[in-house]
Amino acid sequence: MLEIACPWCGPRPEAEFRCGGENPIIRPPLDCSDEEWAAYLHHRTNPKGLHRERWHHALGCGMWFAVTRSTIDHTIVETAPLGSAAEEEA
Amino acid sequence: MTSAPHKPARYGAFSLLRGGLNRQSHWTPILNEPDAPERHYDVVIIGGGGHGLATAHYLAANHGITRVCVIERGWIGGGNTGRNTTVIRSNYFFPQSAALYDLSLGLYEGLSKALDYNIMFSQRGMWMLAHDRHGMEMLHRSANAMLLNGVDAELHDGAGVRARIPGLNPNPRFPILGGLLQPRGGTARHDAVAWAYARAASRAGVHILQKTAVTGLRQQGGRITAVETSRGTISCDRVVVAVAGHSSEVAAMAGLSLPIQSFALQAFVSEPVKPCLDTVLLSPATGVYLSQSDKGELVIGAGLDLFISYAQRGSLPVMEQAAAGVIELFPQFSRLRFLRQWAGICDVVHDSSPILDESAIAGLHFNCGWGTGGFKAIPAGGWLTAHHVATGRAHPIAQPFGFGRFTSGAMIDEAAASGIAH
Repeated sequence: MLEIACPWCGPRPEAEFRCGGENPIIRPPLDCSDEEWAAYLHHRTNPKGLHRERWHHALGCGMWFAVTRSTIDHTIVETAPLGSAAEEEA
Repeated sequence: MTSAPHKPARYGAFSLLRGGLNRQSHWTPILNEPDAPERHYDVVIIGGGGHGLATAHYLAANHGITRVCVIERGWIGGGNTGRNTTVIRSNYFFPQSAALYDLSLGLYEGLSKALDYNIMFSQRGMWMLAHDRHGMEMLHRSANAMLLNGVDAELHDGAGVRARIPGLNPNPRFPILGGLLQPRGGTARHDAVAWAYARAASRAGVHILQKTAVTGLRQQGGRITAVETSRGTISCDRVVVAVAGHSSEVAAMAGLSLPIQSFALQAFVSEPVKPCLDTVLLSPATGVYLSQSDKGELVIGAGLDLFISYAQRGSLPVMEQAAAGVIELFPQFSRLRFLRQWAGICDVVHDSSPILDESAIAGLHFNCGWGTGGFKAIPAGGWLTAHHVATGRAHPIAQPFGFGRFTSGAMIDEAAASGIAH
């Protein structure tokens, strides 16, 4: 079981959260090519190592926030509110 | 380890009896493992799991290509081939999927004989249960699709399910309104599938390198030329990547990005008990995926951990949910103890369908994206990949499963790919 530190609620068990996938994903302009659109929809970095992702405290405060987590051993390096300086730097 | 050709020993009652006279000393190593690889092969296959070994076998058996080397980082069948819940079925919705998985099921039906190796294929049937009116509607829809696709399917009401599966909870919280049975579905000994293909490929002259890591891919002029490994660089004309959960990692060595995310799927088994469940049971509403192994263990599958992971372990909340589902259907199993738990890493594609295609780099083929259902597809994955490698063109059954669908939008959106919603 992961212990995830919600920036607002503090450390809580994984069961309260839902993972929203990679962070950030930037939508390309609507006049982009099919390849760019396919990359936006389907291609993710999927790294074996540190991964930047968004989590939702679904059964808590309901806030979304940024998490930097290792996909090798699930160690959480950092959590930060979306749009914060810490998130931008991560 | 030896590179000398060995005399194959046939597996059968007579061979076993004959061995009784000489302390079973006539058995020989089944793998053709050279001490050092050749400098050049026609085809190098990265990944010594079911799909890689099946590809090697069908390259030799169907196309006469035997200058082939299979490179495995761990050991044969030690990856996802040895980590799944052994279920084989073809109860899919779309005609493209039905053609793919039914090809696989058909090959499985003849595999023990074709490879002279008992893979313990047991067509004990595969049930999908419905617990509400909407679930029944979905089963009707699935049954109709399967029959239209030429796949065997039987729809039973609640009484029919109970008549066929003894021991179901007589007073469940989620009533059992009906079930969809694929009689030809079942289970097989998963390791044996890998060993059978490995031996068949070895007999044809394919080299198998275990404990050999791939460290890089070389290309020239948009064409793959060599594979760098922990045992040196091996040049080749074509490369097949069949590495299940780690496809993104290998693709990155060639500078490619894949439309794949890797998730952990866990399973666990109970202590062995006497035969009590003679079929495979799937109940999406209660989160249950259950069968009994020939050894007597209850084999229980859970859902994916929905955050990307390369750790071959699952998390407790998902396991707890699956266990709760089992007890809902079979309260008497609540006293069984878990014997072991594990997880495999699955290549998940948005449309829950695999990728079988040559990539943008000429000669670099991918067999990946099977998600949570790669085991049942091993014979077809190997057959179709071998066809593409040998002929240079995708087999008609594999054509819909190419890279092109992500830009064209012709997705094959199989929510039934795992049978577990995700």
